[in-house]
Amino acid sequence: MIRVVLPAHLRTLARVAGEVALHVDGPTTHRTVLDALEASYPMLRGTIRDHVTQRRRPFVRFFACGQDLSHEPPDTALPEAVTSGSEPLLIVGAMAGG
Amino acid sequence: MSGVRVLVGTRKGAFVLTSDAKRERWEIGGPHFAGWEIYHLKGSPADPNRLYASQSTGWFGQIIQRSSDGGASWEQVGNGFAYASVPGTHQWYDGTPHPWEFARVWHLEPSLTDPDTVYAGVEDAALFRTIDGGTTWHELAGLREHSSGASWQPGAGGMCLHTIVLDPSDAARMYVAISAAGAFRTDDGGTTWRPINRGLHSEGIPDPNAEVGHCVHRIAMHPSRPSVLFMQKHWDVMRSDDAGDSWREISGNLPSDFGFPIQVHAHEPDTIYVIPIKSDSEHFPPDGKLRVYRSRTGGNAWEALTNGLPQENCYVNVLRDAMAVDTLDSCGVYFGTTGGAVYVSADSGERWAPIVRDLPAVLSVEVQTLP
Repeated sequence: MIRVVLPAHLRTLARVAGEVALHVDGPTTHRTVLDALEASYPMLRGTIRDHVTQRRRPFVRFFACGQDLSHEPPDTALPEAVTSGSEPLLIVGAMAGG
Repeated sequence: MSGVRVLVGTRKGAFVLTSDAKRERWEIGGPHFAGWEIYHLKGSPADPNRLYASQSTGWFGQIIQRSSDGGASWEQVGNGFAYASVPGTHQWYDGTPHPWEFARVWHLEPSLTDPDTVYAGVEDAALFRTIDGGTTWHELAGLREHSSGASWQPGAGGMCLHTIVLDPSDAARMYVAISAAGAFRTDDGGTTWRPINRGLHSEGIPDPNAEVGHCVHRIAMHPSRPSVLFMQKHWDVMRSDDAGDSWREISGNLPSDFGFPIQVHAHEPDTIYVIPIKSDSEHFPPDGKLRVYRSRTGGNAWEALTNGLPQENCYVNVLRDAMAVDTLDSCGVYFGTTGGAVYVSADSGERWAPIVRDLPAVLSVEVQTLP
């Protein structure tokens, strides 16, 4: 299972308290993980990536294994530790004022 | 016993304020959607327990919430706001073409007759409609595709469709306003639109007959007289007696004719309210005095309403969606400030009192009159 940590506002929308666990068919990429996340939690559609362009929203970042993966193309394979479930994919709201 | 429910959208959540018809003792509910910007929430005229809320942040985009129990509980509905056609470009601040991009929903206007039908005014300017209670949204693309669309420019707050006025006597007619394109009217249910900006004069637009480009801040209508419209423009308070075909200025003796909201008394179609703001570069009341101005003559002659409002050291703003009136026999008038206060007058503006003082900056105020 893939482990995903959501930012607080999205945990509220998804009505989850901690990490979410997802089953992903095929290669584990940003796109396939987000597809699985949105399939399990449709209320998150449009909050992480744009409905139409499917691009990551500007103030949302992806981290795993101590690396910033935000600028990786959506079909790039995620680290093996994420695929194996030993490390979570962190979806983070950028620190910014307001 | 009758009462009122005031729906307040703020920078950090929504609040629901309730009172009986005396409007003296209030219960404060919320925050709902804490931490999110609530640009607007409004109830259905056809079913007062059906509410819709626009919830957004710069981080996570747009969410729409729906309540079927007057705001006690909420459910997330659809947020798929996709332009109906390739959106093309409008003008950017520097005059260059800029792609149309969805940013957020500024205003939700429920149908007068169907709780499942709601219009949404969005940034970048377009009008959407749901007929299934918010599950799906479809653009009424004839507005954005108007021949002037490529020349529309954003105002300082973005290129937003912020005002939607439905004609209670003609289901096919509605009005919208866009900053800074101007006002538009449809007579065929939203298929086609015409700019209705004749008579508006705006500093910085050298062409006195410019079809678009005006920064209309708000339009108000009394339901008994739907062809008469009142407008707070960036500068100037305006009136139309022919459904927007022509406008004339009614600023009269106002201390400043800059401002954002405008409202009409529930029972007196020629009694209107504005809140003068010093200027477009100083978004606070003149002289630090928070004054509502009322005209009982449909404009031009205005009186200051100050009883109970701060008359010194007040430097807040009142935004375009942040004033409302109830329909109780003694008409209540409400407004919220960027300083987080919500004020009520239960007697058409004679005396004011704060319902609550320290909310986050208020973005919108709506009121429902309950049986």
